[in-house]
Amino acid sequence: MTEPNLLITASPHLSARDSTPKIMWHVVLSLVPVVAAATYFFGVSALLVLAAATLGAVITEAVFGTRRTLWDGSAAITGILLALTLPPGLPMWMAFIGGAFAIGFGKLIFGGLGQNVFNPALLGRAFLQAAFPVALTTWPVPEGGFWELKGDNFAFPFVSPHPIDVVTGATPLGLMKFDQAGTELWKLVLGVTGGSLGETSGLLILLCGGYLAARNYLNWRIPISIWLTVAVFAQIMHAINPGRFPDGVFMLFSGGLMLGAVFMATDLVTSPVTHLGCWLFGLGIGVLVVVIRIWGGLAEGVMYAILLMNAMVPFINRATQPAVFGHATRGTPA
Amino acid sequence: MRLTDFRHGVHPPELKSLTAGVPIRRMPFPDEIVIPLRQHTGKPARAIVRPGDRVERGDKVAEADGNMSVPMHASAAGTVRDVRLWPHPDGAYAPAIVIAVDPNSPQPHRPRTIPDWHGLAPKELIEAIRQAGVVGLGGAAFPAHVKLSPPKDAHIDTLLINGAECEPYLTTDHRTMVEYPQRVQLGIRIMMRALGVTRAVIGVEENKPDAIEALRATLPKDLDVTVQALHVKYPQGAEKMLIKSLLGRDVPSGKLPMHVGVIVQNVASVATIAEVFETGLPLIERIMTVTGHGVRRPANLIVPVGTKTGDLLAACGGLTPEAREIVFGGPMMGNAQADLDAPVIKGTTGVVVLTGADVKPRASYPCISCGHCLDACPVFLNPQLLGKLAMAERYDDMTRQHLADCMLCGSCSYTCPSNIPLSHLFALAKAALRKPKAA
Repeated sequence: MTEPNLLITASPHLSARDSTPKIMWHVVLSLVPVVAAATYFFGVSALLVLAAATLGAVITEAVFGTRRTLWDGSAAITGILLALTLPPGLPMWMAFIGGAFAIGFGKLIFGGLGQNVFNPALLGRAFLQAAFPVALTTWPVPEGGFWELKGDNFAFPFVSPHPIDVVTGATPLGLMKFDQAGTELWKLVLGVTGGSLGETSGLLILLCGGYLAARNYLNWRIPISIWLTVAVFAQIMHAINPGRFPDGVFMLFSGGLMLGAVFMATDLVTSPVTHLGCWLFGLGIGVLVVVIRIWGGLAEGVMYAILLMNAMVPFINRATQPAVFGHATRGTPA
Repeated sequence: MRLTDFRHGVHPPELKSLTAGVPIRRMPFPDEIVIPLRQHTGKPARAIVRPGDRVERGDKVAEADGNMSVPMHASAAGTVRDVRLWPHPDGAYAPAIVIAVDPNSPQPHRPRTIPDWHGLAPKELIEAIRQAGVVGLGGAAFPAHVKLSPPKDAHIDTLLINGAECEPYLTTDHRTMVEYPQRVQLGIRIMMRALGVTRAVIGVEENKPDAIEALRATLPKDLDVTVQALHVKYPQGAEKMLIKSLLGRDVPSGKLPMHVGVIVQNVASVATIAEVFETGLPLIERIMTVTGHGVRRPANLIVPVGTKTGDLLAACGGLTPEAREIVFGGPMMGNAQADLDAPVIKGTTGVVVLTGADVKPRASYPCISCGHCLDACPVFLNPQLLGKLAMAERYDDMTRQHLADCMLCGSCSYTCPSNIPLSHLFALAKAALRKPKAA
């Protein structure tokens, strides 16, 4: 018998079929319907903002990241998710800078994939909100033709955007907070309201999240925990003062809660590794969202709620170590 | 009765169909046999033969060194060629007795060296099992007589027979149960007498319905022996997991099954104990699966202990051109072999030959904290944290994270989407911790 060229590797010699790039590209795939909905509601402006933010993210990854993680899809996810938090009329150069910041300062500066503390897309959005507060709070209403721009998308970098004659309006949360005006539920569920690209169709986001959860690419405990907390907390406040505080269902379907709970809070890297930790993480986000929306100075609180809880993840992980088989107590933190 | 189970674990593909229906056959005797002196947990045996000595099949060639050791026997008649270092299946070179097999010998069954079991008291049974060199055949090769002699303060109430065979590919235990159910039952009877227990439970994964049927059809009327179907899940056959699944008992960390009143023995070992008393021959051959898409004729074989890998593969038609990696044991915990001269030993449950497609190199990515390894770990460790500590060589911190409870089952590595070699890192950490610290 001829001596074959034998390979020597460590066991196990089999592996599950999932891989990190496969998980990442599945998340991108699951975002396609959400992107399509954004395009349906906001026309070509949605695609321009999406393209600019994604390019900003991917180019930054290509220039400053490692070759290994360029094609794993994680930079594309960050860009798309960032774009989905932005208003459709945002100048493209701002979206591009947001994407670059999200990858550069949200991820690479920590050491790249897997090392970052905060959700990069949300960090990018927080940066944009601080840098361009007016542009980030100009919400065109979803009407008009496909080719009709929802703002000065093509504004020249670092000059004030040209005012474009589009109908803008407050988001449902803004209406609620500043005008005490409600929005019909069906509009919220289907997404026919003013707002960012991705805070539109709650129903669609639920379906996409369900797909990822079924493949075990996101921990379903996080969104469920967030929704339960928000619904219960908001409903209690609503019972105390119905005139001032909106009910739980409105809270669930308004603003970026759906997108945040399904796609942002469940980011594998920046969420806890234990199931108990995921429940606590969701609980914290839910409480913060309601607190910020009701008592904070901002109409929307999902972004800061998730970013604040991201910072808590290492502590949550330590506190929720699983009880090792055959031990009476839970594991001790390192 | 509700089927109990252990929590966590993984579901690798079963891949057993290559050999699940192939009847056991005896392979021809090779020209040369290599008997390593270290084939079991404990101290290696001491050689008692010299080059030039004539040995008959079943002759003792090495003596046990102390109680935590077993003797070795010649698996074929011939002449001792040498006692020297030889490639060991664990990858090292280790002392071994090399026997040139006599081509003219009919390799007969000799007059029994092991007494008939019927009249023997428990102590005499255990001594006979020790003299026969019987060890656990499920992989770890723990000396059977030690397991059968629990300390006086241990109150053993149940004998568990491990027929889970949760490793993919392997059908060694499966075919043993299907073809030799009477032998399994006799082995259980002998073990129950040796231990003085009144209850035995055989656990078999439910993907082997023919084995369950064969065992149920041969259950003894006068003993409390039952067959329990188990969920198909890896590592169902791990001792602690099996006890959890069958009896719902948690073996405390760092303790043995006997601390919860249980002795676990693999089904092939039980059959071997019966065989030893039936034939009067010591443990000199075992049943093993030779399989994988890298071997031409996958088979279940009766193999003389000490048969070299190359001879064994030749008995199965040789390797296919696609063969790339030869693994002793199952693909989840087995060792890759570097040398076709390495012999199969008592604890070799099978030989799996993987192809280039099976072992295609995969890129490794940074940990993305998905937590899948935590869901996989059957002893509820945090492999994600342990992996990070291992890469930083923080071995003492790993001890505090209960590295000692890790049994290296490989479930975490199997499930990791970033292809981080977690269990390999843990094996290295365990090895580093075993080394005495430099002052």
